[in-house]
Amino acid sequence: MSGDGALAWLRREGRIVIVGASLAGLRAAETLRKEGFTGSLTLIGDEPHEPYDRPPLSKQVLLGHATADRTALPRRLALDAHWRLGVAATGLDMAAKRVRLADGDEVEYDRLLIATGVHARPWPHKSEAELDGVFVLRTRDDAARLQRRLAASPRRVLVIGAGFTGSEIASACRERGLPVTVAERGAAPLVGALGGVIGRAAADLQREHGVDLRCGIMVTALEGDAPGRLRRAHLSDGTTIDTDVAVVSLGATRNTEWLAGSGLGAGPRGIACDAGCRAFDVRGIVTDDVFVAGDVARSPHALFGYQFLSLEHWGNAVAQAETAAHNMISSSSERRPHLWVPAFWSAQFGVNIKSVGVPSLGEEVIVAQGSLSDRRFTCVYGYQGRVIAAVAFDQTKWLEFYQRQIESAAPFPPDYPSVDRRPEGLRPVPAEFPDPSLPTHGPSVTVSGYSPTDQRITFVPAHA
Amino acid sequence: MRLVVDLNRCQGYAQCAFLAPDVFAMHGEESLLYNPHADETHRDQVLRAATACPVQAILVDDMSDASAAAGDIAGREGPAGVR
Ligand SMILES: Cc1cc2nc3c(=O)[nH]c(=O)nc-3n(C[C@H](O)[C@H](O)[C@H](O)COP(=O)(O)OP(=O)(O)OC[C@H]3O[C@@H](n4cnc5c(N)ncnc54)[C@H](O)[C@@H]3O)c2cc1C
Repeated sequence: MSGDGALAWLRREGRIVIVGASLAGLRAAETLRKEGFTGSLTLIGDEPHEPYDRPPLSKQVLLGHATADRTALPRRLALDAHWRLGVAATGLDMAAKRVRLADGDEVEYDRLLIATGVHARPWPHKSEAELDGVFVLRTRDDAARLQRRLAASPRRVLVIGAGFTGSEIASACRERGLPVTVAERGAAPLVGALGGVIGRAAADLQREHGVDLRCGIMVTALEGDAPGRLRRAHLSDGTTIDTDVAVVSLGATRNTEWLAGSGLGAGPRGIACDAGCRAFDVRGIVTDDVFVAGDVARSPHALFGYQFLSLEHWGNAVAQAETAAHNMISSSSERRPHLWVPAFWSAQFGVNIKSVGVPSLGEEVIVAQGSLSDRRFTCVYGYQGRVIAAVAFDQTKWLEFYQRQIESAAPFPPDYPSVDRRPEGLRPVPAEFPDPSLPTHGPSVTVSGYSPTDQRITFVPAHA
Repeated sequence: MRLVVDLNRCQGYAQCAFLAPDVFAMHGEESLLYNPHADETHRDQVLRAATACPVQAILVDDMSDASAAAGDIAGREGPAGVR
């Protein structure tokens, strides 16, 4: 069969299997159908629920404005898919093109998309993690449990880790009138993702809203009572906190365990793929029929020196899924690169935080509009003399402009004066990202390797 | 009815909060909070809001709850599974 004939056959009656039935999986399935794929489509998801949206879980759901079981994603077309929900994929045989399932079934594919995302890193001490009152927040079921507990008016909530999820949880608790302590190992909230300059503004924001924020500190132990209920947390400075709820927000680990031994380049840092979303095998050779999208993927980005980016961003899952789906059923000349400029939002303490580009690559930062003390500003990040990212607090309208600056590699520091000419906006200052060799509480972007030809794309399973 | 807002796209124009106040609300100066599962009685409101959104950030179900569930999930998921 000629190449064209094979592709026409694939599009007409091939078998496409998607593992991971969440945002990326659903959007990929919709794109496949929209682009004319009429073969068999199977979605495998270990959660028993149809695809739902996670961002509301730490916002609307914890605030009680929406319920966890009513967060399903809208459906734009009938997928005519085989859904295998509530059953995990447990193995992959790349030679036989088969996915093994936990119930013993096997599903054959002509093209496979892996969109298994990440899971919340659990509290490392197992017996402590099992105490009644210790939570993580990643799934709809996690959110339902946590929201029930918050509704029962606990004495105090301890949030361990002040990344985006932890900060949003603390915000929701304060809004519900609950006393909150946030313990963060780094120097400030959000410091891994946004650096020290904005981190200090985020710290002030938390304190203004009544959070008992403790930075540069670690929770060393969680203590329960005889029936196994959380009672107290011990901190590295020797103090203790009486609390009956602790939410562990220590970042996420990629869901790749099920691929161990498959020969795919998959490890705790994700699955490396090319810019066209095709997965690499352990030898660093790109596969023809296995694609990756969403939080589980690490892919090289031309705009950022072909560095491999792992992005835990909603918009990335959507854009990468659409590109992967397109490429799965296209000839090589019609394939597209995943060139999406990273972007995310977070809502906390009444402030809308938005980001474009990759702030954690930034060496220097400049307050280009507004002022940090007003909690209303736009910061621009520079890397090797060019604009690499921008982050706004309640100044969304500026980001589109900076996105274009990033796309066009505009010079940094910007050569125009700041619009409102605040003195603090005139001089770039160090962006103050923590030393990447020290463990942090999971920044939202991690960068690893330098170019697609770099040896580092060969995987050595490391601990995340 | 199910909906989702692409908050990367959202610019906080607040048209939706004005047209469908039972489903969308501004929270602070620029943050939007919405109910991802609006009551069917608010369908017209939500559709008006989705149409009016200057950046077209609101995505809604093209199928009613019942047909989406029956036609897709329940209809194809069987004990026979897929081989
Ligand atoms: C509380 C919370 C708040 C968030 N807020 C924001 C926000 O404000 N802004 C933003 O940009 N992003 C936010 N995000 C991130 C965003 O939700 C993710 O980027 C997005 O969900 C990624 O989609 P995905 O489909 O790649 O992965 P996931 O949503 O993680 O889905 C992966 C799915 O695969 C399943 N799976 C895993 N292993 C297997 C297996 N072996 N077999 C079968 N199925 C498997 C998982 O159970 C899961 O259902 C938030 C996330 C959380 C948890």
